[in-house]
Amino acid sequence: MSTINHHGSHAVGGHHDEGSYLAPKGGLVSTMWAWATTIDHKKLGVMYLAAVLTLFFLGGVAALAVRVELFQPTTMVNGKVTGQVFQDAGGAVAAGHAIYNRIFTLHGAIMVFMVIVPGIPSALGNFLLPIMLGAKDVAFPRLNLLSWWVYVVGSVLGVVSIIMGGVDTGWTFYTPYSTSTDWDVYMRVVLMIGAAFVLGFSSILTGLNFVVTVHKLRAPGMGWFDMPLFVWAIYSTAIIQVLATPVIGITLLLLIFERLFHVGIFDPAIGGDPVLFQHFFWFYSHPVVYVMILPAFGIISELITVHAHKKIFGYRAMAFASLGVAFVSFLVWGHHMFASMGEMASAVFSALTFLVAIPTAVKVFNWVATLYKGSIQFTAPMVYALFFLFLFTIGGLTGLPLGTLSTDLHLHDSYFVVAHFHYVMMGGTIISFVAGIHHWWPKMFGRMYNERWAIVGACLVFIGFNLTFFTQFILGTRGMPRRYATYIPEFTELHQWSTYGSFILLLGFLVHLFVFIHSLVAGRPAPKNPWGGLSLEWETDSPPIEHNFHHEPLVKHGPYDFETTVPPHWDPKDYPIPASNFTADKH
Amino acid sequence: MSTLPAHSTSSGDAPLWKKYQAANHYRSKEEEFDACKLGMWLFLTTEVLLFAGIFVGYAIFRMLYPEAWANGSAYLDWRWGGLNTVVLLVSSYTMAVSIHHAQLNNQAALKRNLLITVLCGAAFIAIKLTFEYIPKWSAGKAPGGSFFAYPFATDPHEPLWWGIYYCGTGIHALHVLIGMSLIFWVYLKARKGHYGPHHYTGVEVVGLYWHLVDLIWIFLFPLLYLIG
Repeated sequence: MSTINHHGSHAVGGHHDEGSYLAPKGGLVSTMWAWATTIDHKKLGVMYLAAVLTLFFLGGVAALAVRVELFQPTTMVNGKVTGQVFQDAGGAVAAGHAIYNRIFTLHGAIMVFMVIVPGIPSALGNFLLPIMLGAKDVAFPRLNLLSWWVYVVGSVLGVVSIIMGGVDTGWTFYTPYSTSTDWDVYMRVVLMIGAAFVLGFSSILTGLNFVVTVHKLRAPGMGWFDMPLFVWAIYSTAIIQVLATPVIGITLLLLIFERLFHVGIFDPAIGGDPVLFQHFFWFYSHPVVYVMILPAFGIISELITVHAHKKIFGYRAMAFASLGVAFVSFLVWGHHMFASMGEMASAVFSALTFLVAIPTAVKVFNWVATLYKGSIQFTAPMVYALFFLFLFTIGGLTGLPLGTLSTDLHLHDSYFVVAHFHYVMMGGTIISFVAGIHHWWPKMFGRMYNERWAIVGACLVFIGFNLTFFTQFILGTRGMPRRYATYIPEFTELHQWSTYGSFILLLGFLVHLFVFIHSLVAGRPAPKNPWGGLSLEWETDSPPIEHNFHHEPLVKHGPYDFETTVPPHWDPKDYPIPASNFTADKH
Repeated sequence: MSTLPAHSTSSGDAPLWKKYQAANHYRSKEEEFDACKLGMWLFLTTEVLLFAGIFVGYAIFRMLYPEAWANGSAYLDWRWGGLNTVVLLVSSYTMAVSIHHAQLNNQAALKRNLLITVLCGAAFIAIKLTFEYIPKWSAGKAPGGSFFAYPFATDPHEPLWWGIYYCGTGIHALHVLIGMSLIFWVYLKARKGHYGPHHYTGVEVVGLYWHLVDLIWIFLFPLLYLIG
């Protein structure tokens, strides 16, 4: 691909003799200092990735603890308690169940605020967005570094709160419970809420940075509709981050004031309104559900086109569907409070909720249409993308009975809800996050991973996931309420299947961990373009040089023009899985 | 005022603003300037949404408890609020004027106006503390159930009014302090000659922030002091 020097003197000459961004700077201490103070979006992305995966492990351990407790119901046999795993020293049943409350709060708060919300935008988005746009960095690199350290501070606050004993409010911090619980060590709750507030700050600054980057730093020749769909997804996400997060900011701030000074805004005793907290909370937290899922849509769009070597079906529909989801997301928060609103308001929110199904269904149909007659390669990212289609469709469709007033009356606050949002949050977001890590792993670290074992891991995750959560749909329809530490004996068998599934899930993720470590230690060096992709990140080195490109790239083809363009730097022999039909067809 | 020359570089050297180069990932200074302005406008959007929470709370509780709100408003002296409004409006004017002088390379006027803006912010905080917060708090008109000890309250929901009052004006006062610090930082950079006709991004962007701080007070003032 040819390059040009449009502007100014600093572009002349490019960056010919630069090394990889991963190259160490001097000794260990100075290298670590260079990473801690870096304004390079790639290093920040890698640090986010490491932090998010570490916290994912922590949240996952809490999830397993929840499943272990639920393996058997707590029952009294001859005056002895059986089936209770977590017990305090005194052996009281209620005290043991209070530990369970803390563990599931820990799981929810970590997974939502520290893993799923920042995961894809901050880790993969930071690394890829400027490269996909052909830019040298994000618009405000120092602000980006600030976001990272704010994220670290927020996560540390949350972990400190956990070490002090944790909180039992649930990740939603509903008042008046969150303003009255845990008065013995009352700072823990303030710390956890403060953590969520600080993490919100990081989210706002990252989103703001990305919006400006997309507006101002696209390479010459790249119009809005020449951007990869991952960029569109991150852009839509960033808009929600900027517009929704301030509302949770003020809400959590008021909650902290409420706890410290008893301001009364959420306290019915002096006229405040606890339901106001729920409105404020969900005005943020429902849009933020789409902060979690939109980047996943972006990843899946990239994976399906690149690994099927086929132009995306309905590019503009995909781009506008992302914006459409972002817009509708602000109008549906009331469906979390059907019980506390009038009939009319509930009906309106129910109808608005169904609107979300339209742009999301457009996306699913377009992905399937893209696969049709594509040259599909069953690499780990593609296998994961297909799993995503399966799981996300279940997750999306089970949202409809929850948005319908009559069925929601029976299903709300049951395991059906738990299963539904795990199918979306985990089956959608985490699955595509892991898929994206595989897809861009060669670019990020310059090493290939073991394709066969990655697929084994993916299949274990898929089986374990379905076993864990499909059983919970059935439990929910039979009346198992969420957030309970015990249950009636009739539910035992399904709960046990669910617990078995969660350990298969653990095994799957351990396989992935092994594959990643193996790749870093002994992986084959990655070529520039292992998959035959057309977006700009495949034109630079693997791993990229510090300024991303040797010359400022000039965009001459769309990111998905597989019919008319030979992918740059691509040798099908590099493909991990030999594909004779494919190579004969295209070359 | 400062005794430094318009730019502190050695004589014969170009001033700092003339030598300014855009950061390496921008193609031009203009592009960088536009990006910074867009970034600040987005940030201001988040600020508006932050205060929106307070305003929504105000509206809901005003609707539910008009008595408490009328009583609460009557305790506030519109003259102090009005004086503070004037102080902030003057500061917004001097802020806008300092951008104008940066564009015209009137270095002395730039620094003078920035300093006046900071002093106006300080005056706002001083008036707020001396004549409003401290007397009210010592009379027991404090926020919420923990501190509220005003024995003559005629409406049981008055603590809530003071909750909204202190949260709204308190978070606003925090923004005034942040804005003052930013303007003072810009003033220090202006003394070294960083700003001039071809490069005044810092003055412009901090100015935008200051205008928003002013604007939020323009909404808080009538809602809290005037309508009862």
